Amino acid sequence: MLNGIFRKPRYAQIKGRKDENVDNKPKIPAGMWIKCKACKGSIYHQDIKKNHGICPTCNYHFPLAARSRIHQILDRGSWKELDKDMESVNPLGFDSYNRKLEKAKDISKQNEAVLTGVGKINKIKLVIGVMDSRFMMGSMGSVVGEKISRAIEYATEHRLPLILFTASGGARMQEGIFSLMQMAKTSAALARHDDNGLLYITVLTNPTTGGVTASFAMLGDIIIAEPGALVGFAGPRVIEQTIKQKLPRGFQQSEFLQEHGMIDMIVERRELRDKLSSLLLLHQPKEGDIDV
Amino acid sequence: MSRSSAWETVSIARRQDRPNAYYYINEIFDDFIELRGDRSFADDRAIIGGIARLDGIPVTVIGQNKGMDTKENIANNFAMPNPEGYRKALRLMKQAEKFKRPVICLIDTPGAYCGLGAEERGQGQAIARNLLEMSRLKTPIISGVIGEGGSGGALALGVADRIFMQENTIYSILSPEGFASILWKDSSMAPQAAEVMKITAKDLYNFNIIDRIIKEPIGGASENPKEAARLLEVYLKEEIIGLIQSPISEILKNRYNKFRKLGEFM
Ligand SMILES: [Zn+2]
Repeated sequence: MLNGIFRKPRYAQIKGRKDENVDNKPKIPAGMWIKCKACKGSIYHQDIKKNHGICPTCNYHFPLAARSRIHQILDRGSWKELDKDMESVNPLGFDSYNRKLEKAKDISKQNEAVLTGVGKINKIKLVIGVMDSRFMMGSMGSVVGEKISRAIEYATEHRLPLILFTASGGARMQEGIFSLMQMAKTSAALARHDDNGLLYITVLTNPTTGGVTASFAMLGDIIIAEPGALVGFAGPRVIEQTIKQKLPRGFQQSEFLQEHGMIDMIVERRELRDKLSSLLLLHQPKEGDIDV
Repeated sequence: MSRSSAWETVSIARRQDRPNAYYYINEIFDDFIELRGDRSFADDRAIIGGIARLDGIPVTVIGQNKGMDTKENIANNFAMPNPEGYRKALRLMKQAEKFKRPVICLIDTPGAYCGLGAEERGQGQAIARNLLEMSRLKTPIISGVIGEGGSGGALALGVADRIFMQENTIYSILSPEGFASILWKDSSMAPQAAEVMKITAKDLYNFNIIDRIIKEPIGGASENPKEAARLLEVYLKEEIIGLIQSPISEILKNRYNKFRKLGEFM
């Protein structure tokens, strides 16, 4: 059935665009028909949405908006956002950074590249942070570092488990050294959460690279990745330039990381909530547990 | 401010004849005994480390070590560590913690190595683990840049109680060339990038990211390595005395706050 739907759109997409130009109609949202990166097919965006943001044809996991992720993972109505209004400044006075921030806010309808908050999965309370690659490629600047650090500290203070969904192209170049220091800040906050015997799970989504990989992404007690996600420290292009050869197929994908012992498991998006729920349940403090 | 002052600093910081970590270790410390290997894969020559005395006090000293000539540079991978280098460093730090020795880290790297093997063996994980463990290491840590402090590869030795930069060194999120090529699609604009990135010792001191700028001889450390070492030695001896007299709980709390407050937002 999905294949049937799938054929028509190609044609309709072209027609739709022409109409738009000729008639000067209200702009059809560019995301109405989406081209799948993996199978190259065009898919009606509602079909992807209904399917948890997964290509119905080839199972490619599209990057997910942070709010959609939260909607998929948390119990309905349990989400309470923290530090919602925190915004970036331009600490180096870098030309064009303000403009880029405005554009990113416009596209993503959120203030920064991560949303943090508290919520529940099958009634178990937790702190959650979800990065959004639509916001300047999910790059980590001061706000991302600060929101994540505050979320971690909140979890430590309230003795809650923590789940972070990562999606990042790496550093927020425009914030220079401040961006770099967020790696140390978030990792230090995680050390305290760890010292308190609390559970930290990371879910690596496509793509997770650079400073995020080299800090909180790889520090989970349990590290999960979505299928086919690109995860690495250096980006593929940088590596190719360094070693002056083509990278092998599948290099730095979830399956590659699992093979090399870097992650615990690969979990399909539609099974994530259940898996997280089971893991949280196994780490629930038992009645009469002594608080150390 | 002169147009290319930051770029001049980059050039001095990268001079082939700039004293390297090995030079400073031998000049400043007594009885250095090198300890090798990460105990799981290899001994990465990009990072050296061991035990030594500073002013009579046993310390663990670790440094990213560029070569003093091309042959040595190739052997040391131009001080671009692989994961095993960071894991060796962490092993030596945990050992220092056990034996209550302060740790001194000398940073000098263009960045962590971006190679196939580095990715296969978890470069990101190795750096992340160092950041986390250094933040809670129960012994004083002094870190500083003696040449180039390139990105996460530098920070992985940089979570410390006291952080210094020598006068003509740089510390940055990535190289000015990389910055120029990513943001302006033109790596030849590196000199301009060096300026806007704010990567000199003075910049980082003004940002409150480092605690001290260590003077260098006129023209840079390469012009008079012995004098450069002496100036660094004075600083290290002064800081270590203060640190070993402070209670560790106090040190850890201050170390946490030192990094916790970094960042600009509204
Ligand atoms: Zn597909």
